[in-house]
Amino acid sequence: MSGHESSYTPNSGFEKWLDKRLPLIRFANDTAITFPTPKNLNYWYTFGAILAICLVIQILTGIILSMHYEASVDGAFASVERIMRDVPYGWLLRYIHSNGASMFFFAVYIHMFRGLYYGSYKAPREVLWILGCVIFLLMIATAFLGYMLPWGQMSYHGANVITSLFGAIPLVGESLQTWILGGPSIGNQTLQRFFSLHYLLPFMIAAVVILHIWALHVPGNNNPTGVEVQDVEKDTVPFHPYYTIKDGFAIMLFLILFAAFVFYAPNALGHADQAIEANPLVTPAEIVPEWYMLPFYAILRAITFDLGPIPAKLLGVIAMFAAIAILFVLPWLDTSKVKSMRYRPVARQFYFGFVVVCVLLGWCGAKAPDAPVIPALQGEKMLVVSYTENGQEATSEYKGGNEAYVDAKRFMASLPEDASPSLAAVAPATFQFSQLSLILTILYFGYFFILFFVGLTEKTKELPESIHKSVLKRHKASTATAVPAE
Amino acid sequence: MKAFRILAAGLAGLSLAAMAHAGGGAAAHPHEPEGGWEFDGLLGQFDMPSVQRGYQVYREVCASCHSMKLLSYRNLGEPGGPFFDPEYPNANENPFVKALAADVEIQSPTPNDIGDYDFRPATAADQFRSPYANENAGRAANNGAAPPDLSVMVKARHNGASYVYSLLSGYPSEEAIGTREVTPALVTTPASDNGTPDDPTDDIAEVSTPAVMQTVIDMSKVHIPGHEAAEGEHGEAGVLIQPAGQYYNPFMAGDTTPQYEGDPRKSPAGGFLAMGPQLPEGRVTYSDGTESTTEQMAHDVAQFLAWASEPKQTNRKSLGLPVMIYLGILTILLWFSYKRIWRKVEH
Repeated sequence: MSGHESSYTPNSGFEKWLDKRLPLIRFANDTAITFPTPKNLNYWYTFGAILAICLVIQILTGIILSMHYEASVDGAFASVERIMRDVPYGWLLRYIHSNGASMFFFAVYIHMFRGLYYGSYKAPREVLWILGCVIFLLMIATAFLGYMLPWGQMSYHGANVITSLFGAIPLVGESLQTWILGGPSIGNQTLQRFFSLHYLLPFMIAAVVILHIWALHVPGNNNPTGVEVQDVEKDTVPFHPYYTIKDGFAIMLFLILFAAFVFYAPNALGHADQAIEANPLVTPAEIVPEWYMLPFYAILRAITFDLGPIPAKLLGVIAMFAAIAILFVLPWLDTSKVKSMRYRPVARQFYFGFVVVCVLLGWCGAKAPDAPVIPALQGEKMLVVSYTENGQEATSEYKGGNEAYVDAKRFMASLPEDASPSLAAVAPATFQFSQLSLILTILYFGYFFILFFVGLTEKTKELPESIHKSVLKRHKASTATAVPAE
Repeated sequence: MKAFRILAAGLAGLSLAAMAHAGGGAAAHPHEPEGGWEFDGLLGQFDMPSVQRGYQVYREVCASCHSMKLLSYRNLGEPGGPFFDPEYPNANENPFVKALAADVEIQSPTPNDIGDYDFRPATAADQFRSPYANENAGRAANNGAAPPDLSVMVKARHNGASYVYSLLSGYPSEEAIGTREVTPALVTTPASDNGTPDDPTDDIAEVSTPAVMQTVIDMSKVHIPGHEAAEGEHGEAGVLIQPAGQYYNPFMAGDTTPQYEGDPRKSPAGGFLAMGPQLPEGRVTYSDGTESTTEQMAHDVAQFLAWASEPKQTNRKSLGLPVMIYLGILTILLWFSYKRIWRKVEH
C-alpha cells in the first residue's frame, strides 16, 4: 500500500544527498522491499512476476534479433533463417523469442483467470483491472504484428485475414484497411510498418505495466479470501524476502517449462506453413492463428448469418472485439459484494464452466468450421447421382455399403446419354464446429450477464474476519484432523 | 505441491495447444523408417554417415531440379555438419568440403574485373548451386510446377522427415501401374470439317477422336504402410487414372476423387504431384558400400534434409541438458530457501 509509512533511512552521505533531491532509493525500497503484501497469496499470484520476466525476455531477445532482421519482402524470410544458421546463438535467441510469445500468453491467461476467480477486478481495483485489459490488448496487437515478420505463408495469409476485418466496418472500412496496409494490398510497406510498430508497442506495454503496478500499490494486493488487509502487522509480510523468494521459485519452475519448449520442442506450437516463404498466389489449405488467438478466432467465425442490415462478417468482427471489450466493464457487471469465488458457491460453478467454454472455443478455432465435432456420430457418407432430366437438374441418393455403389452405377448406366450423370459422395449433415462455436460464443457472453444476476440473488458463504484469522483457521483445521491419526 | 499442480495444468494446456494444429487433409499419415529417426528424442543426434550419404543423393538426384538456397558448401563442414573435421575448425579450409564445392560449376554471383559473371568451380563460401536461374525457369522446365526449394523442407511439412521419407519411398510399385487405351465417346463432327467429304471410310475416322493412352493404377495392389485397412478395401473397381505428367502418391496432399473410378466414398488417400519416382533401386552408388535400396536412399536424403532444415539442432539439444540441470538445481535451492524464510509465518 502506498499509504504505508516509509521505513527507509538513508545511511551513507550520498544516499542522504540523493534522498533530498530524487528519493529514488526510497521509492524502490518502499515498492519492492518493504511493501506490505497479504501473507496468504498462493501460487496463482506468482504470475504477475512471471509476466514481468516474460516482458523483459521478449524485449531483450527482440532488440538483438532486430539487429539481424531485414524488414523487406525479398529478404525477411532469408534473414530469419540466417539468424537461425549464421548468427552465433541466433537460433537460441529466435526460439526464445518465438516460444516466449506463447509463454507470455500462457502466463497472461492464467493471470487473468486468477483475477476473475478471486474477484480482483472489484472495487477498489477497477483501474488496476482496466490497465491489465489495456496491456492484454497491446499484447495481442504486438503478437499479431510480430507474427507477420518472418514472412512465412501463415504470416502473410493470417495478416490478410485480420486486416480485412477492418474492411468490414461500414463506410470507413475500406479506407481504413488501405491506410493500415499502406496500400491496396499487403506489400513491402506493410511489412516495414508492422516491424516499426512491433518494436514500438512493447515499450508502450512496459509503460502501462508501470501504471499497472502503481495501481496495484495504491489499494494493495487482493488475496484469495478477498478480505481487505485490516492489520498490517498481522495480515501482511514485507514483499522482500517473503514474496521475492516465492516468486523467484515460481519463476524458476516457469523457466523450466519455457526451456523445455525452447530446447526440445521449439516448433511444436508453430505451424509448418510458416517455414514456407510467403506467396500471395498460393493460399494455405488452412489459415489458423497461433494457439493463443484461437478462442477469439472461433468467436470471429462463429457468426455465419446476417442480422438485419448487419452482414455476418461485421457481426463476427463486432463479437470478437466485444469479447475483449466486455472485460473492461466487468467491474460493473459483477454485482456481488463478495470478491472471492471461494465464498460464492453458485458463481463458482459458472466460473469453472466459463473456463471450459474458453478452452473449447480454442479447440473450435483450430478446426475447420464445417468439420464434424464428433466424427463418430456423422454416419456413413451417401452417394448422390446428379443428372439432367428434360432440362431439369435432378439427384438420386443411395445409402449403404458396396451395394449402394452398384445400384448407383446401374442407375447411371440406365440414364439416357444426354443426362450427363455424375457421382459424388456427400457427408450427411451433422453437428459442426461452426455450430459449436456459436453456442460457445453465446455462453461466453452469457457468463458476464449471469454474473450480474447471480450477484443480486446468491447466498454467499460466511467471510473470514481477517486474512490473519483465515490463515489460523486453516492451520487449526489441518492440525485438528491430523491429531487423531498420530 | 500446488506449484506443480499449476505446472502440470500448464503442460497439459500447452500440449493441447500443440495438438490443435495437428490433423490435416486427406493424405496418408507419414510414417518413420523402421527403427525411427536417430535425431528424435531429447538426446537424439543425427546419424552422420546417413547425412553424408543423403548429401550424395541430393547432389546426384535432387539437385538437378531442386535448389537449396539457404545452404552454402561451408555448412557441410561446420560443427554439427556431415563433413565436419575437427582439424579444420574453419570449414572454408576443410579440403574435403573445398573438393565437394569444386565439383560444382556455378556462375559467379559477383562480377569479374571487366563486369562479366564468369562460370567457375564453386568455393566453400558459395551457396549451393541452383538448377534454374529463377522460379519461372523452373516452372517452364517442369510441366508448370516449379520444384520447391529444399532448404527448410523438413520444417515446412508436418512430420517433415517422415513425410520426405514416406513420399520418396511411397510411390505405387511397378506392378500396380498399367496402361490402357481409352476411346473417348463418339463425337459427331460436322461434315464440313472433313477434307474429303465424299469418302465413306474417311467419315468414320472423322467422328472418333484418336484413342488416348491412360496410365492407371490398380489400387488393390497399392500398399500404404501404416494403413493396413486400406488393403482389400478397394475390392473390385478401384482404379486411379493418373493425369498426364502427374504421379500418384498416397502421402501427397490432395484429393483423388475426380480421378478415381470406383466408389467415391473409398477414394484413396493422397494426391498427384509432378515429380515421379526418383529413387529406383541402385540410383546412386554409395561409396561406403551401403546397399542403395529405395528405402535406404529415401531415409538418407530425408536425414540430410532434416539436418539442412535445422543445422543447429544438435547444438540445441546438447545445450538443453546443462540448462535444464542448472535450472533444476537453482529451483531446488530456491524451494529450500523459500521454506526456510517462510518457516515462522503462518500462511
